[in-house]
Amino acid sequence: MRLSGRDVRCVRGGREIFAGLDFETAAGEALAVTGTNGSGKTSLLRLIAGLLPVAGGSIGLEGGDPELTLPEQAHYLGHRDALKPALSVVENLAFWRGFLGGEASDAEQSIAAVGLDHAIHLPAAYLSAGQRRRLSIARLVAVRRPIWLLDEPTNALDSAGQSLFAALMADHLSQGGLIIAATHAPLGIAAGELRIGGAR
Amino acid sequence: MTLIDLANPTRFLSLTARLLPWLAGLTALLLLIGLYQSAVAPDDYQQGATVKIMFIHVPNAWLSMWVWGVMSLAALGTLVWRHPLADVAAKAAAPLGAAFTFLALVTGSLWGRPMWGTYWEWDARLTSVLILFLMYLGLIALWRAVEDPSRAARAAAVLTLVGAINLPIIKFSVDWWNTLHQPASVLRMGGPTLDRAFLIPLLVMALAFTLLFLTLHLAAMRNEILRRRVRSLQMMQAARRAA
Amino acid sequence: MSALAELMKRDIRIALRVGGGALIGVLFFLTVVVLMPFALGPDLALLARLGPAILWLGALLASLLTLDRLFLADHEDGSLDLIAMSRTPLELACAAKALAHWLAAGLPLIIATPVLGLLLNLDAPSTLAVALTLLAGTPALTFTGMIGAALAVTLHRGGLLLAVLVLPLSIPVLIFGVAASQAAISGPSSFGAPLTILCALSLVSFVIGPFAAAASLRHGLD
Repeated sequence: MRLSGRDVRCVRGGREIFAGLDFETAAGEALAVTGTNGSGKTSLLRLIAGLLPVAGGSIGLEGGDPELTLPEQAHYLGHRDALKPALSVVENLAFWRGFLGGEASDAEQSIAAVGLDHAIHLPAAYLSAGQRRRLSIARLVAVRRPIWLLDEPTNALDSAGQSLFAALMADHLSQGGLIIAATHAPLGIAAGELRIGGAR
Repeated sequence: MTLIDLANPTRFLSLTARLLPWLAGLTALLLLIGLYQSAVAPDDYQQGATVKIMFIHVPNAWLSMWVWGVMSLAALGTLVWRHPLADVAAKAAAPLGAAFTFLALVTGSLWGRPMWGTYWEWDARLTSVLILFLMYLGLIALWRAVEDPSRAARAAAVLTLVGAINLPIIKFSVDWWNTLHQPASVLRMGGPTLDRAFLIPLLVMALAFTLLFLTLHLAAMRNEILRRRVRSLQMMQAARRAA
Repeated sequence: MSALAELMKRDIRIALRVGGGALIGVLFFLTVVVLMPFALGPDLALLARLGPAILWLGALLASLLTLDRLFLADHEDGSLDLIAMSRTPLELACAAKALAHWLAAGLPLIIATPVLGLLLNLDAPSTLAVALTLLAGTPALTFTGMIGAALAVTLHRGGLLLAVLVLPLSIPVLIFGVAASQAAISGPSSFGAPLTILCALSLVSFVIGPFAAAASLRHGLD
């Protein structure tokens, strides 16, 4: 499986964010997207996720499931956590698991895998920012999708959380998944680098 | 036992735990006496036996206003004196006030039915009570809209005091509105001038309902304190590092 | 299919749990109806004649106000992105959310109608007629209003803009809803004809609403 982009151009709010971007990632590989703030790291991820229209060039997936589109085979971990404070930890996760389908492991196991089992029935409103991040990461564990699109994934995570997530990412890669992550900090796993924006 | 002592929730819980059974018993006793007296009171020459709804309607109507007064005091306690239990008192009182107001409306409606032929008339007094009911519901909605009780407390306190100031204005306006459209026959819901046969059961029932409010209010305050403790425990549980 | 059921279940759960969620619509409905006599005067005969109109206007305004948040919360916490990336078509997801909203916010309005009918001096058969027309027509209000709710997300504005956009679209529903109620109460024109048209309007909105909402949400995702 190979995810690649040729001559990709992004326009947002009438402004060109970047143009002429090429990248390629294969199964089992990770790509770290780096660049200054505003260079378009988030925009690139949203482009691949299908949330932004491509203004030029193309993004394609070879291999993978022919009956599904690229976004349908990808997880997107954005800046916001997609959690409802009124629901409990397990209710939040069980919802995404039921809605997105393709269960990999059940809700309780996934919550334990990210170290939140002591809070499993508590309202998500009572979680700290780092714990909320972990709960969104649990979604990646609970639903199997080969492509992970991560936007500053270790934001708000403490060092224990970061090692945990590095282990999860390594696990995902070893099972043939691929990862594209926008990040300022080192990911904790071996990754190629795509720099957007260049020297300004 | 000074007010300061009562400010401690734990003290409050233990004090009310001992007090409540007695209060409940006294309330039940007074209610029974009042109901008996209401039952044996003579019929009104004009309204017949239906006048006896007054013995429930009037105390409930009085209480609906008094409870807003209690909440206003509690609101001052929150905003001015920062008494720790003031917002607990305010939050616990709101649903009770709404219930008494609702009972006043229902009994008022039933009382008016034989006279008006309909279950509702837009007469001055009932209309004011209806507006009061809406204000209670709005206050309850406000309490429920904010997750953190202490933040909700300040907003609710301001609304309660604004409501307290506005209630006389609303009452006056509604009275005036009603005079604009004076219907041909005026029903005086106070009934005939109360003689002793009516007055005593009425006062007994008023006292009984007041004690009922006090009992329920203290019980509701206990529940609210316990509820907040559960919430704190849950938040501590969430913050605990996994083993 | 079960994905849509999960979505509806979640939305209804949140609506019932969050204080001031679904039931505040009923409170608003009650307040609007209570306001009317202060403007119109307490003449019971007049109120009874205007009853269906007052109830319909109250229900219209109440459902409009609660629709504001239909997509906004999901957009703000990033859930909308994930819903758009799922294997469920966005149109169906929008329809499921609208249906959940109607169940949690619209149905309570209909259930509250008999009590409000009492305040307006409507007799039991008239109140029943109004409730029936509301049952047939409030889905149309929800599914039409969802278009405005989706636009509000795209345009990052809510409240009054949403109302201004959606109210003209709701006029046919209002016309036939009140006409059906009046026909049932006072005759002589038939009750069936406007009621059928009302049902037809609801059915049409079931199709147009989700498609229009999904289209504007897609534009708003960036």
